[in-house]
Amino acid sequence: MDTGFIIEKFILVAVIFGISLVIAMYSTYAERKVAAYLQDRLGPDRAGPFGILQPLADGVKMFMKEEIIPTTSNKWLFIIGPGLALLCACIGTAVIPWGSPMEIGGKIVPLQVADINVGVLYIFGVVSLGVYGVMIGGWASNNKYSLLSAIRAASQNISYEIAMGLSIIALLLMTNTLSLKTIVEQQHGLNWNVWYQPLGFLIFMICSFAETNRAPFDLPECETELIGGYHTEYSSMKLGFYLFAEYINMFVSSAVMATLYFGGYNYPGMDYMATLLGPTWAPLFGVGVFFIKIVFFIFFFMWVRWTIPRFRYDQLMNLGWKGLIPLAIANIIITGVVIAIIEKF
Amino acid sequence: MSTQVFYFVATLSIIFSLMVIFAKNPIHSVLYLILTFFTFTVHYVLLNAQFLAVVNFIVYMGAIMVLFLFVLMLLNLNNETEPSKSPLIKIVGVIAGCCLVVTLVGSFKAATITSPLILKNPGLGLVENLGKELFGPFLLPFELSSLLLLAAMVGAVLLSKRDEVEI
Repeated sequence: MDTGFIIEKFILVAVIFGISLVIAMYSTYAERKVAAYLQDRLGPDRAGPFGILQPLADGVKMFMKEEIIPTTSNKWLFIIGPGLALLCACIGTAVIPWGSPMEIGGKIVPLQVADINVGVLYIFGVVSLGVYGVMIGGWASNNKYSLLSAIRAASQNISYEIAMGLSIIALLLMTNTLSLKTIVEQQHGLNWNVWYQPLGFLIFMICSFAETNRAPFDLPECETELIGGYHTEYSSMKLGFYLFAEYINMFVSSAVMATLYFGGYNYPGMDYMATLLGPTWAPLFGVGVFFIKIVFFIFFFMWVRWTIPRFRYDQLMNLGWKGLIPLAIANIIITGVVIAIIEKF
Repeated sequence: MSTQVFYFVATLSIIFSLMVIFAKNPIHSVLYLILTFFTFTVHYVLLNAQFLAVVNFIVYMGAIMVLFLFVLMLLNLNNETEPSKSPLIKIVGVIAGCCLVVTLVGSFKAATITSPLILKNPGLGLVENLGKELFGPFLLPFELSSLLLLAAMVGAVLLSKRDEVEI
């Protein structure tokens, strides 16, 4: 392990971390603008031109507010909760291939922090760990509403994880690998997995909505029943961490969806662009394309949030257990049979 | 390098396992248990068993412990509701514990330090090799264990099903 390698990875991690934070910051702005557009309002327009300084103003507000730790709460766990939520949201970016290897000064630099050969399972593990932040925070608040919300979050997360895992299995039957890098390389040009696995993609997307606690699955923070949900007792930047973690989760799951089903950094005509731009700029162009896909998915998350009303709790469980899981199993069987037939002839 | 990491993580595993027992609050116990499982994941990575590591991470840390935490949060255990144990039970517990210590010390004394075992195939824990082993020579035991899990699942559904007559 030489120093150059460590410096290279360190810079890559810092850049990815910075980009995730900036995207999460501007997602809050975008969410308010999209909501305003869909409801025929103006949205934030005071701070700077078109209100683009609004996230900064919000950040300052969050830091400046008084920080309250309830006396009856469990102090350490109350602090660990939001930290864990943000940590779990951020570490998912480590295995995503952001672009094809790039040549900088005669050196080939892979635009991926770690190409582990169980990449898909790693993402899955991080997602399943994400619920601890909510659970610990909700329990440590020592508030009945927070506790109810934490329990809702846990049961929802576990229920939808199963369907999510099953929908990925159908994809893995086709790709024959668990490495995200190889999965993206297989989708060269317009040969995207979504053409072969439309049902799998649909199930995966619905489950990502549930795993990120986004509407219509935002039952853990259902205001009409639970005041504010698991972060009822939180104030100041701890509340900010919880809200921020949700947007980073949205960013990461958009990136995962784009990687697994929409070809990651691949786009039609990429071979022509590679000869046109050379080995340094073509991968960067690919990164740009990847980010366009991610931004589209983030917009889709918001679009759905302001279109579809929240589910009732029994509807949520029925959809997960009686709708998505049987569909995902049927998808696996159909995929398996088709692959067996193709290999036979 | 790897040996030092092993000793560091092994110490952490032991400390966290002890904390599981000594923690007064059951929720804290479960949280320490989660940390213990995390150190186990690191052990698997050190042994180059990546698949086992990540499955331990997903299944034990991500699913089973969430359910543990879930149940304990609902039970709302605290010091007031804990039943007081009679002194007789405590004495019996101490005697049983001492017997266990004597047995363990005796068996460890008899053991000799062997040279570290070197795996013939260090890549055995990787997904591809593990899959070939499981679906090749060990296909029947694998299928039987999955049947066992299916039976357990059906049993759980049956037990939780409400009686149709009562409604």
